[in-house]
Amino acid sequence: MQSKDGLVSNNASTSTTAPRSLFDKLWQAHVVHQAEGQPTLLYIDLHLVHEVTTPQAFEGLRLANRKVRRPDLTFGTVDHNVPTTREHRFNILDTVARQQIEALRKNCADFGIHLADVGNAEQGIVHVIGPELGLTLPGKTIVCGDSHTSTHGAFGALAIGIGTSEVEHVLATQTLQQNRPKSMLVRVNGALPAGVTAKDLALAIINQIGTDGGTGSAIEYSGEAIRALSMEGRMTLCNLAIESGARSGMVAPDETTFDYVKGRPYAPQGEDWNKAVAYWRTLPSDPGAKFDRVVEVDATRIEPWVTWGTSPGMSAPISGLVPRPEEGRDEVERTGILRALEYMDIKGGTPIAELKVDRVFVGSCTNGRLEDLRAAASVLRGHHVSPRVQMMVVPGSELVKQQAEAEGLDKIFLSAGAEWREPGCSMCLGMNPDTLLPGERCASTSNRNFEGRQGRGGRTHLVSPSMAAAAAVAGHFTDVRLWKAGE
Amino acid sequence: MQPMRIHHGIVAPLDRANVDTDQIIPKQFLKRIERTGYGPFLFNDWRYDSAGNPRPEFLLNREPYTKATILLAGRNFGCGSSREHAAWALTDFGILVVIAPSFADIFHQNAANNGLLTVALPEEKIAELFARAAAHPGYQLTINVETLTLTDDHGLSAKFPLDPFRQHCLLNGLDQIGITLQHESAIQAYEAKSKPY
Repeated sequence: MQSKDGLVSNNASTSTTAPRSLFDKLWQAHVVHQAEGQPTLLYIDLHLVHEVTTPQAFEGLRLANRKVRRPDLTFGTVDHNVPTTREHRFNILDTVARQQIEALRKNCADFGIHLADVGNAEQGIVHVIGPELGLTLPGKTIVCGDSHTSTHGAFGALAIGIGTSEVEHVLATQTLQQNRPKSMLVRVNGALPAGVTAKDLALAIINQIGTDGGTGSAIEYSGEAIRALSMEGRMTLCNLAIESGARSGMVAPDETTFDYVKGRPYAPQGEDWNKAVAYWRTLPSDPGAKFDRVVEVDATRIEPWVTWGTSPGMSAPISGLVPRPEEGRDEVERTGILRALEYMDIKGGTPIAELKVDRVFVGSCTNGRLEDLRAAASVLRGHHVSPRVQMMVVPGSELVKQQAEAEGLDKIFLSAGAEWREPGCSMCLGMNPDTLLPGERCASTSNRNFEGRQGRGGRTHLVSPSMAAAAAVAGHFTDVRLWKAGE
Repeated sequence: MQPMRIHHGIVAPLDRANVDTDQIIPKQFLKRIERTGYGPFLFNDWRYDSAGNPRPEFLLNREPYTKATILLAGRNFGCGSSREHAAWALTDFGILVVIAPSFADIFHQNAANNGLLTVALPEEKIAELFARAAAHPGYQLTINVETLTLTDDHGLSAKFPLDPFRQHCLLNGLDQIGITLQHESAIQAYEAKSKPY
C-alpha cells in the first residue's frame, strides 16, 4: 500500500483500490509489525504523560534498566492533582499529591522529557494543551494514560487511552500492541437546532447507543452536524466517545481543522505546513468505505440534554422526565435505574427542569476550552448566581485562562458571583481539593456522573456549559434556549 | 507477571452491571506512586462507610468472600477511567479472575497486563453462574487456561473464549515489552521511513 505522499504501510495484503475509511488510513500508516495470532504493533507519534498514571511506568523502566525511546515524541504536564487556588498551586498541602507531582518532575528530568509544569504558560489539562499547542495533529497516533485521550481524534488522529503498563510499553518502545478495533460510523444527519451544543449531541448519542455501544470499536463521527461543529465542539464530542465505550472517536480533518492548527507553536511551519495539509487532505474516508456498523442520528430532534443517573447513558432532554424503574428494557436496566435513583435521591417521573442544584462546575477536558467559557459567560452576563448555588469556573489551561481574561470573561464570572480558578482537572474527578460534599447536587460540564466521582456521596448531572450557567442562575435545570439576556 | 494454568477458588457474585473503575478504586487512592497495596481500598466506597468502618452487608466483607479469588459481575465491567489501579486493586485483594458478560476495552487490556484473567460468557451463562453461586454457599470454580474450560463441583462445565495471544502470555507469564523489543528492527525500519512532512 503506497499513498501519493510516499508513506508506505506494511499492510501489503490490502488492495490498493478498495475504498478506505479515515480509521483504515490511520491504522495502516502506523503498522510496525503484524503477524497472525498476535496484536498489531502500532507506531505512536505523540505520547502525553501526566502525574497520575505514570510513576509506576517510569519505575518499571528503571527496574528493567530501560530508557525512554523517544523523549522528543513525549510531552508532560501536571493536571489531575494541581490545586486551582493561587495560594496552594505552589504549596500543595496534600503530601501524597505533592509527591506524585514531584515524581513526575524527577521522571521528566531524568528521562529528558519536556514538562509543562505549574506556572509554565503551556500547563493545562493534557487534552486541552495537546491541541492548543499544535502537538495534536491530523494523521497522528496519540496515546496517554487517560481514557479521555479520545478527545484528540477530533483532528483526524487515532487517539487511544491506555493503562500504566501500556504507558511503560510506549515509553520503552514508542509502539503499542493493539488488536484491530471494529469500525463504526456515527452519521449525524441534519443540523443541530439553535442553542443545542456538541455536549448535548454527545450525551444524546451515548443515550442512543449505550455506554457499551462503542466497546471494541473506533468511531468516526460524520454528517452535516459534525461538519458544522467548531474544533472545540468536535473535541467535546470525541472526548465523550469513551463514555460510549469506544476505543477512539474521530472526525475527518477539513478546513475548520487546518484553520485551528495553523500557526500553533508545535504545528508544522512554512513548506512543511503545505506538505502536511496536502497529506491531511488525503485522510478523510473514501466514498464507499466500509464500516462494521453504521448508526444514524437525527440532529434535529436533539435538545439540551441532562444526565439524571450514575452512568453517562442515563440522561434525558431538558423537556423530559426522570424515568421510573419499570421503564427499563430488561432486569439489569431496571435494577440499574432503581439503584441510580436511590443514589441520586430523586424520584422517577420528576421533570428534569425541577431538579435543583447546589453546585455548578464549568471546566474539564470535556468543556474547559475558550468556546465553553464564552458560552457560560454569555448566559451569565447581567445575571447573578442563585444565592443557594456555589459556582466554580476552571479554565482548561493557562492559555485558555489568559485568553478568557483578555476578553473579560473572568469579570463576567466574578461579577455574577462565580469563582474564577487556576487551570487543572479540578472537580471533574476531585483528586485535588475541589470536591462535592456528601449529598450535594452539581450541574457539571465534565464527563462522568459515576457514584462519588466528584466527591463521596456527591450527585453529578452532566450538562453543557450554557445549561450549567443557566442552572446556576435559576437554581435548577432550565431550558437555555428560552434564556432571557440579563441587563 | 505470574503465569496461570489452572485456577481454583471461591466465587464472589457481585450482581451489578456497568461497574466502573471509579467504584473499583476511587480517585483518592490514585495519588500513590506504588504498584502494590491497593487491595484494602478495593470498592472502597461500597465496602466502608464514610467513617472507614466496614459495611457488614457488602459482599467482600462477608465470609467466605473475603477469601474470594474469582469475581462474578454484570455486563460492561470496568467501564470508565483508564486507571490501571483498578486491576492492581483487584489482584492485590486476591482476585485473579473476573467473569462477566462483557468488559470495557481499557480495563480488559490492563487486566491482561497484570495477569488478571477476564472471562466473557453469554448473559444466560452468567445468570446460571449467579444462580449456582446463590444455591451453593462458598461456591467455587475451577478455571483451566490451557483447555479454556470452567467447571464446578456440581456438574457444570463450560468453554470460554480467550484471545490466543493472551492465552499464550498468561500461560507463560510473558512481559509485553520484552515481546515487542524482539521487533526492534521493525521499529527502526519504521522510524527510518520518509514522512509526509
